[in-house]
Amino acid sequence: MDLLYFAWVRERIGIGHEHVDPPEAVRNVADLICWLAGRSSGHAEALREPGKLRAAIDQKFVPLDALLGNAKEVAIFPPVTGG
Amino acid sequence: MIRVSVDTAPIALSQEVAALEERGAGAVATFTGVVRGEGGVTALELEHYPGMTEAVLCDLAEAATERWGLLGVTIVHRVGRMTPGERIVFVGTAAGHRREALDACAYLIDRLKTDAPFWKREQRGDAAAWVEARESDSAAAGRWD
Repeated sequence: MDLLYFAWVRERIGIGHEHVDPPEAVRNVADLICWLAGRSSGHAEALREPGKLRAAIDQKFVPLDALLGNAKEVAIFPPVTGG
Repeated sequence: MIRVSVDTAPIALSQEVAALEERGAGAVATFTGVVRGEGGVTALELEHYPGMTEAVLCDLAEAATERWGLLGVTIVHRVGRMTPGERIVFVGTAAGHRREALDACAYLIDRLKTDAPFWKREQRGDAAAWVEARESDSAAAGRWD
């Protein structure tokens, strides 16, 4: 699946997007965040407080317990601050 | 008619308002957000989620059109780097009467703040900090549920 990162999540990880193939045990967004945190020190720093993160699956906002299913694109980012 | 734009170019306010007036409605309401310079902010950078942003704004415009029977909706959000005093967002609605136009305009800016994937970073001289989401914005958006 394709992952997208925005704002300080992107900055701390050091990249804006990457392609990953998580193991089957990664079922929902929270699992994915936990699994991604092990990829690098930047991932660990960006993802260490899941409560401060929001997510979208295929460009729709979802709660962190949302199942990944056949998601093609998952985005992880801080709460939005537009307007 | 719905117009949604997410662009790095400055917002052309008079053109946007004129286009809404040309919809032939009796009432046009608008909201303009301007970059604040308070607290020593020297610049503001806006990041967004291309594709999802435009889809969310179109969904909001369609929901407002249906709820208030609008004749026109325009949402223009600037992204990239801007300085205090510059326009960051414009929301305009055209309706038969003032109440529909005003309520729909307030709904759109309230919901845009919590539903659209934008992120602000404030620059103060050499230092930059991401803006934190505010609880009061969630409360404002919630009153339209």
